[in-house]
Amino acid sequence: MPNSGIEVLFEGSNFERLLGGLLVTIEISFVSIVIGTVLGVLMGLLRTVNSRPLRLVLRLYLEAFRIIPILVWLYVVHFSFSPMLHIDISGGATAILVFSLWGAAEIGDIVRGALESMPKHQVESGHALGLSRGQLYRYILIPQAVRRMLPGSINLATRIVKTTSLVVLIGVIEVVKIGQQIIELGVIKAPNASFWVYGFIFILYFIVCYPLSRLSRRFERKWQN
Amino acid sequence: MGKGKKLITGIIAASMLLVGLTACGNSDNNAGSNSSSSKFDSIEQLKKNGKIRIGVFADKPPFGYVDSEGKNQGFDVYIAKRFAKDLLGDESKAEFVLVDAASRVAYLESNKVDIIMANFTVTDERKEKVDFASPYMKLSFGIVSPDSAPITSIDQLKEKGQKLIVAKGTTAETYFTKEYPDIELLKFDQYTEIFSALKDGRGAAIANDNTELIAWAKSNPGFTVSIPAFGGQDTIAPAVAKGNTELLSWINTELETLGKEKFIHEAYNATLNEVYGEGYTDELVVEGGKIE
Repeated sequence: MPNSGIEVLFEGSNFERLLGGLLVTIEISFVSIVIGTVLGVLMGLLRTVNSRPLRLVLRLYLEAFRIIPILVWLYVVHFSFSPMLHIDISGGATAILVFSLWGAAEIGDIVRGALESMPKHQVESGHALGLSRGQLYRYILIPQAVRRMLPGSINLATRIVKTTSLVVLIGVIEVVKIGQQIIELGVIKAPNASFWVYGFIFILYFIVCYPLSRLSRRFERKWQN
Repeated sequence: MGKGKKLITGIIAASMLLVGLTACGNSDNNAGSNSSSSKFDSIEQLKKNGKIRIGVFADKPPFGYVDSEGKNQGFDVYIAKRFAKDLLGDESKAEFVLVDAASRVAYLESNKVDIIMANFTVTDERKEKVDFASPYMKLSFGIVSPDSAPITSIDQLKEKGQKLIVAKGTTAETYFTKEYPDIELLKFDQYTEIFSALKDGRGAAIANDNTELIAWAKSNPGFTVSIPAFGGQDTIAPAVAKGNTELLSWINTELETLGKEKFIHEAYNATLNEVYGEGYTDELVVEGGKIE
């Protein structure tokens, strides 16, 4: 198959550039997932606290991220928020900020759901044993809730990885953008390059996301026994 | 109860943080794009920083693209490098920010770049939000037809049975519908379709932006851009933030100076020649910032 376009992947430093772009994707998602998880667990715990105003505020926060598209958040933070406060934050930092806050909102909801789904007798038995609120969470609720959280959290993590492709719109050059640059450069010489470049990106995303779902399956199996 | 207190303080602190963030986000949203309060750097400041941030395209060859070594190249980039060299003494002091078409105005409004040179067409709508310098390029419509039956004047298309091929949603389509309602149009959705339609002889000629046609005709022997430029003329110019007159007048003077040494022609030869070929410089290049 002469001139199939696959050679475009290895032209110049294209291959390294794609991997470099993947690194950017991984960096943004990894940092955001870590920050989002820490904040999210805190938020989930707060959402089970018996205080209406607090629950309302956190609910609003969650809905803000569910209703307003992530792209709009990126734009707002990057182009309005940062100049208004006269701080010049880079596109990458904007991305991490927005994805962390989004992750926190969603993880918070997952944690809340897991905690609330605990049978009431678990709490009551805990109280009957004389456990304090902290101990109740530490020894009874959280260990059980974590198992229920896992599928949802992993799903969220892969969603975050995939949604990072939006950051090109605030000038962050990640793997999809580098792919597009390579395709556009060769549009006349190698018109079929897009198939190979996007195919390669597909494999890269798979390499990142597949271990995550494997990991979750392993945990689930481990805890079943 | 110590624990309980800590928890409550924590709750309050966290919720205030969140309220703060969401509230700011929302009020920002309302403010929308009119962030006219954002400042821009003076030329003195740029010199002190030792860099000028120029917004260019990363995926629009031959105007702005990234080559296989990861370096910025193209017609816009070529001129931008010269600006950096003349303003700051070295072309490496141009810091290229890769922008996409939809957010070019926003980059200037939020002071994330100093100049936009991303094939930015001057329009009245954009003029309200950014300041355009003098143009360095112009665009108009063109017509490409087979060498065997060249269409050299638009009147030829009015004859019966002569169909003009256009792509749907393009300015060329609008232009012909409005200005020449008696010309029969053959419309297609995709660019690739209009070209294959011409090759199949389903129409007499294609009308579109002349740059597209010139590039296509170059790689397709047997077809020529028989009318290289007609209709409304668009210009392409560098843009700066609204009110940044200092940088604006520097660019205008610079373009005049460059015009004396025919620098835009040099940029054309270095970057566009390959795609458009020789012979179209007069249709595309604007030298010295002035259109004759």
